[in-house]
Amino acid sequence: MKARRKFIVGSAIIIATLISLAYVGYTQSKTYYHTIAELATLQPSALHQRMRVSGYVRNGTIQHLPGHLDFVLEEQGKTLPVSYIGHDPLPDTFKDGAQALVEGNVAPDGHFVAEQVQAKCASKYQASPVPPAPANQPQPGQTSTGSSASYGNGS
Amino acid sequence: MDIAGSFALLLALIVAAYAFCAGIAGIITRRTLLTKSALNAGMAVFFLVTFAVGALEYFFFTDDFSLAYVAEHSNRALPLFYKFAALWAGQEGSLLWWSWLLSTFAFLVLFINRKKHPELMPYVGVVVAGVQIFFLTLNNFVSNAFNVLGAPDANGVLRVASLSDGRGLTPLLQYPEMVIHPPMLYLGYTGFTIPFAFALAALLGRYPGEKWIHITRRWTMIAWCFQTVGILLGMHWAYAMLGWGGYWEWDPVENASLLPWITGTAFLHSVMMQEKRGMMKVWNVWLVFTTFMLCILGTLLTRSGMVNSVHAFAQSSIGGWFVSFLAIVLMICFLAYWKNRDYLRSDNQLDSLVSRESSFLFNNLVLLAGCFAVLWGTLFPILSEWVVGSKVSVGAPFFNKVNVPIAMFLLFLTGVGPLLAWRKTSLDALKRNFAWPLAGGLLSGVVAFIFGFHEFYALVCLILSVFVVLTIFAEFFRGARVLAARENTNLLTAVGSLTMRNTRRYGGYVVHFGIVLIFIGIAGSAFNKDTQAELNVGQSLRIGPYTILCQNFDSTANDNYQSARATLEVFSNGKSEMMLYPERRFFPASGETETIVATRSSALRDLYVVYAGRSPEDGNPVIHAYLNPLVKCIWFGGLVVVLGTGLALVPNRRPAIVLSPVTDRVWGETVPRSAAAPAVGAIQRGADAHD
Repeated sequence: MKARRKFIVGSAIIIATLISLAYVGYTQSKTYYHTIAELATLQPSALHQRMRVSGYVRNGTIQHLPGHLDFVLEEQGKTLPVSYIGHDPLPDTFKDGAQALVEGNVAPDGHFVAEQVQAKCASKYQASPVPPAPANQPQPGQTSTGSSASYGNGS
Repeated sequence: MDIAGSFALLLALIVAAYAFCAGIAGIITRRTLLTKSALNAGMAVFFLVTFAVGALEYFFFTDDFSLAYVAEHSNRALPLFYKFAALWAGQEGSLLWWSWLLSTFAFLVLFINRKKHPELMPYVGVVVAGVQIFFLTLNNFVSNAFNVLGAPDANGVLRVASLSDGRGLTPLLQYPEMVIHPPMLYLGYTGFTIPFAFALAALLGRYPGEKWIHITRRWTMIAWCFQTVGILLGMHWAYAMLGWGGYWEWDPVENASLLPWITGTAFLHSVMMQEKRGMMKVWNVWLVFTTFMLCILGTLLTRSGMVNSVHAFAQSSIGGWFVSFLAIVLMICFLAYWKNRDYLRSDNQLDSLVSRESSFLFNNLVLLAGCFAVLWGTLFPILSEWVVGSKVSVGAPFFNKVNVPIAMFLLFLTGVGPLLAWRKTSLDALKRNFAWPLAGGLLSGVVAFIFGFHEFYALVCLILSVFVVLTIFAEFFRGARVLAARENTNLLTAVGSLTMRNTRRYGGYVVHFGIVLIFIGIAGSAFNKDTQAELNVGQSLRIGPYTILCQNFDSTANDNYQSARATLEVFSNGKSEMMLYPERRFFPASGETETIVATRSSALRDLYVVYAGRSPEDGNPVIHAYLNPLVKCIWFGGLVVVLGTGLALVPNRRPAIVLSPVTDRVWGETVPRSAAAPAVGAIQRGADAHD
């Protein structure tokens, strides 16, 4: 029984260590996900948190400016002006009408300052040029590795 | 052909349902003929699903775009090789592929054991048929790959429309590894169904003895090996294709493949406790159950885009089906366990903290803790949305903070565990087995520290890796020396024959060695470097010992894609060393772009160069260069793991000879102090067959 007790104590120490490490890792890397509509309702303190917002790039709003690139995201009638300040080239799929995911935080003036932009070409996933199948609409081309495909477009 | 394929799938479902019902009826009524027909039906499913897969491939190869799935995932210009792989490019085909692999495993298991274990196999047949019913239901009614394009006419008759060309395979899948990576991973996922079936069958049938655990262990090893290869190929694919310089991002889909691998690894270790000491029976059964459920969860995460709905642009309706199936499986497992829990009573207790048992217990504890952390982190967006209403995701720091220390502790146990005796290990034995390897490890750590190796975890990993490798070599050496002296052969021959006499033990060491290599490769990432610069022709950038000079940009096109390419000359120490051609390809059929990374790989480091695109500010071409040390170790380690697993699956060549009549050292009672004792002990433990 003595060995059993020792084992339990050892396990407790290990688990406690791991939980505290997990907590540290959590505080370092948590990222909120909000919709554009939600941003307006957030507490001012929550606006400084790192977050991800997704939407569609409004046609004709992409502007190349010195040091940053501006565009407007829209979703369900709400819009969000975004400044991309990263140095990485944007994915080729980033163009008018594309679905984009931006990561960063909200500046005091309400601009979204994005450090990363991911985009997926919208055309392939919108109205299908294929006539609809009788029973089941074909699922769009989700790859067998699912989202791992998406970070290829990322940073 | 589409009707024939659909029909074969429907028939497969009916036959699987028959196998399920007749199997249960056969068990209840104890009528041999009924049971036999149920098992035969289980095998017949394989032929029907094979026919359906063949029919779908026929559509791909004949460029028949009247089928929605083919039109969606192929086009005329697609190379033949990828037309074959396009089968599993989308959800419908992947699920069909799942069913086919499962039916293949089922066929093999039922066929190999058709004359064995008459008390166990009927239950196995029923469990497998139950899983097949679920997947075939999806194939038939939820996500059918044989849907034709077309619309009903005014009079209600379906008018089939065929497209002139398809929309092409997503370029990310147009890579040789992508042809073997999904099958390997799915072989792992489906393969874990077999251990699950045996465990549940043994529990339901209260199968006497430990025979089922031996069978389960072998099938788990096979599935585990496929899963390992699948994960590594996925890493290699991500590394070679996605162009961000790394191979693991703690992406939900990657995590999904890791989860059953972790629990499978835990099972392969703790199962030894049951074989040798009759302990951990409840734990083992639940580990097998959990592994299977994590496989289903993994398929769900991969296919439904449930977690990363931010990334997943294709939402799907199959989530509910999977969740329901998981709930049913969990309920059945729990009921089977609750009803038969007395059958799983443990025969022994833990005797000492310094023993093989406790090393296995700690191994399982931290593996499960790691598994839980990965699962928690993966599902965190869903959980947080339920609990606090806002979606929060956690990133790499969370996963690394928890899992890197766990990995180090496991590495330590890899060295220590196999050399600890069962029940209790004496201090003397500890010194004898570990003094030299530990000294070697520490020495290498000191030397590395002096040479400027200051990353904490990388240093710990180095010390432990050297320690583990030395213990493994010492084990081989000790055994081989005795055998060489006895059989008058040289040491190398002796190593070979030693291994073949106890493949399970020495195969296991080889697997451990492979895992150490993988760990070394991953630790190398602590020293990764990268730099990014806008390069016009004639400009250069420096990374590590290399200078990269931009010579030219050009573009070409073929039927399948248009390509923009950079021509870079790499200099090291002022000498021209090689040319690299990173590329970006645009695929008009799918409208997607793909990065072709140029790598120069050596045993020590990879120079990895990406043509990242045009600068957002001034449109200049941007080149991103990475210098990643020791990545090769990971892929090579994977090969070693496969070799070791294969070795462990080979039956022992002949029973090992007991060299001297010492009391069984395994039980740790008498340890002779003579010089030859450790060696004899090594052989002796070998004689104990399943170590």
